Amino acid sequence: MLSRSALSRSILRTRLFSSSRPARSDALFVHRDTPYNNPKIAFEFTPENLKRAQEIISHYPPQYKKAAVIPLLDLGQRQNKGWTSISVMNYVANLLEMPPMRVYEVATFYTMFNREPIGEHFVQVCTTTPCMLRGSTEILDTVCGHLGGIKPGQTTKDGKFTVIEVECQGACSNAPMFVVGDDFYEDLTPQSTKKILDAFKKGEKPKPGPQSGRLTSENSAGLTALSSKPYGPGEFCLPEFQ
Amino acid sequence: MLRIVSSVSRPTSTGLLGKVAVTTHTPHNGRRSFSSTSSRGADITLTVDGKEVTVPQGSALIQACEAAGATIPRFCYHDRLAIAGNCRMCLVEVERSPKPVASCAMPAMPGSKVFTNTPLVHEAREGVMEFLLANHPLDCPICDQGGECDLQDQSMRYGSDRARFHEITGKRAVENKDLGPLVKTSMNRCIQCTRCVRFANEVAGVEELGTTGRGNDMQIGTYVAKTMDSELSGNVVDLCPVGALTSKPYAYHARPWELKNTESIDVMDAVGSNIRIDSRGVEVMRIQPKTNDDVNEEWISDKTRYAYDGLKFQRLTTPLIKRGDRFVSATWEDALAAIADGLAASGAKDDEIQGVVGHLTDAESIVALKDLINRLGSDNLALDQPGGNAAPVHGVEKADAILLIGTNPRHEAAVLNSRIRKSWLHTGLEVGLVGERADTTYGYDFIGEDAKALSNFIAGKGPFVEKFKNAKRPLIIVGSALAEHPDGKAMYNDLAKFVEKNKDKLVTPEWNGFSILQRVASRPAAYELGFPKFIYLLNADEVDPKSIPQDAFVVYQGHHGDLGAQLADVCLPGVAYTEKGVTWVNTEGRAQLGRAAVSSPGASREDWKIIRYVFSWPIYRWGPLPYDDILEVRDRLWDISPTLVRYDVTEPTSQEIAIAGLKTLATQTGGAKVAGTPLRNLSQTSTKLILYQERESVTMAQCTRAFVKGENYGFTAFA
Repeated sequence: MLSRSALSRSILRTRLFSSSRPARSDALFVHRDTPYNNPKIAFEFTPENLKRAQEIISHYPPQYKKAAVIPLLDLGQRQNKGWTSISVMNYVANLLEMPPMRVYEVATFYTMFNREPIGEHFVQVCTTTPCMLRGSTEILDTVCGHLGGIKPGQTTKDGKFTVIEVECQGACSNAPMFVVGDDFYEDLTPQSTKKILDAFKKGEKPKPGPQSGRLTSENSAGLTALSSKPYGPGEFCLPEFQ
Repeated sequence: MLRIVSSVSRPTSTGLLGKVAVTTHTPHNGRRSFSSTSSRGADITLTVDGKEVTVPQGSALIQACEAAGATIPRFCYHDRLAIAGNCRMCLVEVERSPKPVASCAMPAMPGSKVFTNTPLVHEAREGVMEFLLANHPLDCPICDQGGECDLQDQSMRYGSDRARFHEITGKRAVENKDLGPLVKTSMNRCIQCTRCVRFANEVAGVEELGTTGRGNDMQIGTYVAKTMDSELSGNVVDLCPVGALTSKPYAYHARPWELKNTESIDVMDAVGSNIRIDSRGVEVMRIQPKTNDDVNEEWISDKTRYAYDGLKFQRLTTPLIKRGDRFVSATWEDALAAIADGLAASGAKDDEIQGVVGHLTDAESIVALKDLINRLGSDNLALDQPGGNAAPVHGVEKADAILLIGTNPRHEAAVLNSRIRKSWLHTGLEVGLVGERADTTYGYDFIGEDAKALSNFIAGKGPFVEKFKNAKRPLIIVGSALAEHPDGKAMYNDLAKFVEKNKDKLVTPEWNGFSILQRVASRPAAYELGFPKFIYLLNADEVDPKSIPQDAFVVYQGHHGDLGAQLADVCLPGVAYTEKGVTWVNTEGRAQLGRAAVSSPGASREDWKIIRYVFSWPIYRWGPLPYDDILEVRDRLWDISPTLVRYDVTEPTSQEIAIAGLKTLATQTGGAKVAGTPLRNLSQTSTKLILYQERESVTMAQCTRAFVKGENYGFTAFA
């Protein structure tokens, strides 16, 4: 802790307004052809997904077909191992008969479209204020440390885990939390965090939800109200309605 | 019919309303233009800075403020583009509104009280300016936009005198994009007004430009590495309010305050775009558009904008006489004497003397040449082409069905094409095409690509027939490809008969639905050459050398030593369009006056003067042509056709004349055989080099390499 603060002080001392760093963004907003991501790699929906896509498109008026771009990109991302390659975008543009640039605009705007490959398990640690107050920094450090000292945004060497920091997922009542794939793991402690990650490493799927044993976001000290069994349909009704 | 411009909303009908609000008087009789005025809604009255102002309903608040004489600073708002409302510079105070409102995105409301000059507004503008400058590099001294930069001007007027913003992480850095050899990018300077994106998507119809990323990381670009392949791309340079998009050929060449501005007329295509020639000394530094709502709105094509560097190469500067196999420079006196000797030696009489008019010839010199040739006893002028008597293109925006025959307006008249696209986007315009398939930036029904497809269409078979029949204002646009095609005559014959049959719809007193799109500023018909003994080529470079007999004496008058000059026995140096003040007639039939921007090089002279002095000595029995100055030439133009000197106005062809012309056309072309070869577009790419000036232009050559062949082109980022 001591060394860290000393380091940051020295950085502050040496940084000048006259030699300011350029502000860099965490993602690239232009496409670069790479061996794993270029327009020549073919992509198309599997027959099931194509059927699902047609169903999604049918939700919208035919002249506003392009309204289906977000669900279709999501479908493509799921089929393409969790990331949206340039081929996925081009395929969706073609399917919806819209200029590819309009699809690129959508895919680059929304942070949940990953435009770079990710690991098998996509660990998204929430670090927004409520989670932070409940100790998300420790959770993030635990996740990163337990996965071999990677940094947020990186993938483990075996390609099993990718860790990123995300903004609020709307599970503040069960803070701190992280998301793996589509499942929320809530009420985390460093111990339960390690347990969940170990289970994923072994190929198991731990039970999603609060890890503290409580049901959803109920009071952990026991219910103070509505503790009796809620009455069911027909109870307390006149006999003819029972 | 519903059509969708992706990502951006359709421009509202307020685009042209500013004009309507001002011009309330009735337009001149007989005036007809490319554009149609938009329908006018009810008027509303509001108060701006205590001044009452009446504007059409649906106007933006910014337009009402403009009408009241209040200047509103703006970056993203542009009256010919869709409203974005993202720069926030146009904030004004509206009574009973809790916050300042963005006047470009706010409709003007009846009875509202608007203030544009209050402390709140000043503070709001200063705040917005501070945010815009937070990420803007302070590189004005090395920025090409310096001196004509909206951000620079407005920060002077509305900005704070010092910065409070010391961002510890530094200024945003964005990598430059490669948009091709015409548009240079410096994306750090971008303030994300998205004018270029809206222009590319709405007007130019290249939906490749967009915004990627979000928030502070948002950037303008194409996402994948791609050049902006548009024939109107140069206009984004004008639209950009900062120095993010600048002109690559003009980079680091001049500052705006060094330039002399001359308003003139473009001759690179037959639209007759209004331009402003910016010159320094004797050099044309750049060409900019000049607003003319009837012709080119505010846009010009890339060819118009960037072909000027061809004016500096391969110019004819002194008269040349051929001695053996090479040209020797001579004095004017010797050259004119050589022409006289040549005429005598060739023994040409009457129709053996021929004048051929080429692409870039102005009205004055055409008339002078005609008078000269007539005076020599000949009537052999290659000027005309089949169907040249048909009405020119106009009323594109009023038409509800357009049949394009053998033309791709995108490349033959780019600005006109943007009007068709505008109409296609906002009205239910239907377009059909006979000819080569091409990307026109709007959808069309493909009918076929040869004469057979056209005769099927006329017989009422195939696609598009019903749509054309049901249209209230159908328009046929015939490309000049047809006249140069072996089946041209047969197709003209078909068309003439078709138009005559449907004249109750196509040729009425209010509407003329048969028009020819000319491709170049003056149309030659060099392929109709006979076998003359004395030929006078006036700017004519499209002459087939085989059609000129070996023993004929050839005079070439022009400003570039190009194909025509190689055939000549005597070359006379004329001047280019930037160097003379003459009359140009566009494809609508609109006469416009060009102005000289720079002086002519060397011993070259204005073209009509040269013709005036050929055979002008009293020793010749013909005597000089009867005009000594340009006003007398224009009197002669008046004799021939008064429309040639009624500037900026188009005269509609009367119904009788149009029908008579069609009848002549039908008889002239009767019995023509059909060979069945498909029509090919004459200028297949935006940069195909048709005119010799373009052939000499380095920029145009680079465009050809970059856009047509897809090679890497010569410019680097700092060329």
